[in-house]
Amino acid sequence: MDIRLSRRRFIKGVIFSSAAAASGAYIAGAQQLRPGAVMDRLLTLNINGRPRPVEAGPSETLAFTLRTKLGLTGTKVACNRGECGACTVLLDDTPYYSCSLLTHTVKQRAITTVEGLRLADGSLSAVQRGFIEELAPQCGFCTPGQVMSAEGLLRANPTPTREQARQALAGNLCRCGAYDHYLNGVMRAAELLS
Amino acid sequence: MTFKHIGRDFTPPDVEGKVTGAARYVEDFQPEGLVYARLYTSPMPSGRVVNIDARQALRMDGVLGIITAADLPPSSAPDNPMLASEDVTYIGQPILAVAATTDAIAEEALGRIRVDFERRDFVTDPLESLAEGGPDAYPDGNVLRQAAPLADENATIRGGISRIKWPAAEVEKFRRGEEPQGVEFADGWTYGELEAGFAESEVIVEESFVTAGTPHHCLEPRSSMAYWENGKCYFYGSLQSQSAVNEGLAEMLGIEPENLCVIAENAGGGFGSKARAYPVMGVCGHFARMLNRPVQLRVTREEEFYIGVGRPGMQGWIKAGVRADGTVAAMDVIIISDGGPTGRNSASASAQHLSVVYTPTAMRLRNIPVFTNTAPRGAQRGPGQNEMSAAIAPIMDKAARGLGMDRVALRRINAPHSESPVYENRGPVTSAFLGEALDMASEMFDWEGRQARSGQRNGSKVRGLGVGLGYHSAGNNGYDGLVRIAPDGRVYLHSGVGNLGTYSYAATTRAAAEVLQVPWENCEIVCGNTDLHLPNSSVQGGSNTIFTHTRANWVAAEDAVAKLKEIAAMQFGGEAAEYEIDGARVFRADNADQELTYGEAAALAIEAGGRYSGEEYPDDIHPITRRAVQGVAGSGLIGVARDNLPKRGIAPGLCVGMVEIDVDLETGKIDLLDFAAVADCGTIVHPKGLSQQINGGAVWGFGMAASERHVYDPQNALPAGVGFYQAKLPTILDVPSVMHNGAVDIPDPDNPAGARGVGEPSQGCAVAAVASAISDALGGHLFNRVPVTPDMIVNHAHGSEQEARLLALNTF
Repeated sequence: MDIRLSRRRFIKGVIFSSAAAASGAYIAGAQQLRPGAVMDRLLTLNINGRPRPVEAGPSETLAFTLRTKLGLTGTKVACNRGECGACTVLLDDTPYYSCSLLTHTVKQRAITTVEGLRLADGSLSAVQRGFIEELAPQCGFCTPGQVMSAEGLLRANPTPTREQARQALAGNLCRCGAYDHYLNGVMRAAELLS
Repeated sequence: MTFKHIGRDFTPPDVEGKVTGAARYVEDFQPEGLVYARLYTSPMPSGRVVNIDARQALRMDGVLGIITAADLPPSSAPDNPMLASEDVTYIGQPILAVAATTDAIAEEALGRIRVDFERRDFVTDPLESLAEGGPDAYPDGNVLRQAAPLADENATIRGGISRIKWPAAEVEKFRRGEEPQGVEFADGWTYGELEAGFAESEVIVEESFVTAGTPHHCLEPRSSMAYWENGKCYFYGSLQSQSAVNEGLAEMLGIEPENLCVIAENAGGGFGSKARAYPVMGVCGHFARMLNRPVQLRVTREEEFYIGVGRPGMQGWIKAGVRADGTVAAMDVIIISDGGPTGRNSASASAQHLSVVYTPTAMRLRNIPVFTNTAPRGAQRGPGQNEMSAAIAPIMDKAARGLGMDRVALRRINAPHSESPVYENRGPVTSAFLGEALDMASEMFDWEGRQARSGQRNGSKVRGLGVGLGYHSAGNNGYDGLVRIAPDGRVYLHSGVGNLGTYSYAATTRAAAEVLQVPWENCEIVCGNTDLHLPNSSVQGGSNTIFTHTRANWVAAEDAVAKLKEIAAMQFGGEAAEYEIDGARVFRADNADQELTYGEAAALAIEAGGRYSGEEYPDDIHPITRRAVQGVAGSGLIGVARDNLPKRGIAPGLCVGMVEIDVDLETGKIDLLDFAAVADCGTIVHPKGLSQQINGGAVWGFGMAASERHVYDPQNALPAGVGFYQAKLPTILDVPSVMHNGAVDIPDPDNPAGARGVGEPSQGCAVAAVASAISDALGGHLFNRVPVTPDMIVNHAHGSEQEARLLALNTF
């Protein structure tokens, strides 16, 4: 009972103090806090080439932090358990499911989300252009994840075969079944890059 | 006819946002003061709520309240309630929702709520319920007595509960693929002389079939968000339709439609399950009103399986008689539908599919919609037609073999044409060119040339070729169009269709641009939010948008053109008929100097007022459109009209699929090597969009043929397919790397652009083609079931018994 009360007081304190610090009044995993843990919760992430200070609980996923704390809602959560790839982001150029990463484990990594793909002049990336030209998305909910997997592929291999592209997108489900259009989009992007 | 926009690719305005992450879906809207609601769902398949104790949860900091059935308008079984209390009918059914300042607190609060239930009998297999002494899904019975035929397939099913029981011996007979005798049915229809048809048949095939129920598993779970201001509800929904949602949701919330603003910019998949207002939306809206806060009701992946509805399963029997010349003389069909607790069934649509693609001279349907304590069912892509196309394909292949006839040739002989009568009422179609589509597909796929490969062995693999036919009615009429020419000359195309991801909301507005002859750059589509003044539109579903809304946009633009000419005649004299347009100007045909730009004409329309600027409008437009026109009145030249164009019958969407597969007899795996599909959907409106719909539908077909199904543990009614992985949706590695498609591209005379839809037949033809190919690879063996899973193939190859009891549903 004592623990519960102190936790309550603590939660109230955090709610008031972090309303301004965090973007919005959202506090996650409140029940998992221990007193005095505030400093542990503050961290700076490197997202899309910018340092982004954020407060995150120890069991918070990167997908949650991106969407709810940082307003980066381009990253989508469809299953929240590593089945579909809608939440794919890049860590140091490699695609990862952000629903299956704890925010506190990626402090040292360069994180790229779908919002970070525009070129310096503001124009769309080759993958984004390729996907538009081939009308790759349908409903669009899996699209940010498909874009990031394709981006990861092309950063590692700018001249993939269609089969290599197919393997690279194998971790991204599309319920609309737009698979071949996505493949066309990746191959178009590779052309644009060459 | 040569078109400027119709038949050409364009970049729909919402594509860029989808690839940059800027496109907003429900959970992306996070307004200030937002609170989070989560559902408490039933842990048991059947029963009644006896008591809810939420005291502990309500004492938690951050918890704002709960909502239960007691806070909502009453509902009576078998209607799908917003929250259940008296009749809990499936595992996962929402019982209450709790709101808190954070999602995590709401989730923790759920664990502190105690709900006491009274248990009841339950059933997961319709035939078990149909057998005398078998359990019933409801205390009052096991069968839906449908009050009336559905107005459309996305309409909410209404009816009462009754009871039908068959003697156990007749159920067993039915399981063995024989016609039960002396048993009662709930519904059905018949046409022609059935017995005479069988008497003149050369080959009669009599088979049972099972098609599994399948979850929709839209990638975006159906979360919703709502807030209220001055008695008006602002509702953010995951919805495939826009205007078609308003009245149903307003009724659910007990308000007038004018006090509801629906925001539905994007939908992360719908496939029939988000075409109209669905029950959990009501929970969100009522809860937001109770709490006087913006409420986001978050739905998890697992909950999306429970409440995301699914395709009804079928247990059936069919007897088909084919004459020596290959024409189908008679078809007799029995369909027992698994309607879950809602009784939703597509038996009539399934039989109608047969009446269209095989044009039998005589036909009979007898059916029973049986309740089970499984997830509720609703419309899913090609409801009825597509699962029937899967069931019938190998059966008609057997008939073809019996006649020594090529499988495509049999389908070609029976293919409907523009004068073929269809359905039980033997009504007309607007036009049909399935024969032409079969010819084109045969050539594209080289059907004849590939025949030598049928049955070829390569190690443990055996080759199969298959053909399938898909059909869905693909076009409605009677909806409204609204266009506005602003004084700056820009043309605003108002669309109430909804954004499902097919881009047809955008493609159909191009019909208005076509009539106005305006460059696409001068047009802007207005959509996604009721307050942007959107006309009354059909649901975005049922393959109907392309046909229905090219018409509605066409007539609205024609109204605008007429008004442009009248304005010019008022300005320069003469009759309106003496004026012409060129996409930027309206001018006198014999004196082009007497001209107005569209912008100048719009400014004059505002001055003229009345019908020119939307202060007055036609009597026959829908109240939703009336409010939309009132909203834009005085802001430009308004073109508005109801689609009263002639439509002589069903507008059919038809599609032919052909596939080559390898079946591995050791692993049971099916490899799809090549696939081609050809649509008969009238004039092609949007080539890339059409390709998306044909190929995407095919992927659905592959899933239905080989992997997707509802599975329930019969001992506890626990579902086993709540995740993507178990369900199981096709991945990119399950489908051919390259897929081929085309369309006959022959205009439909009842559409001014010549177009019909095709989004659903594309699945039906693919699932049928794969089912046909599996049978072909195995020397004509019939599994009488979809999906055909690897264990079934391995068991067959090794002569082992199949694990499932004959005709079992919702199980392995």
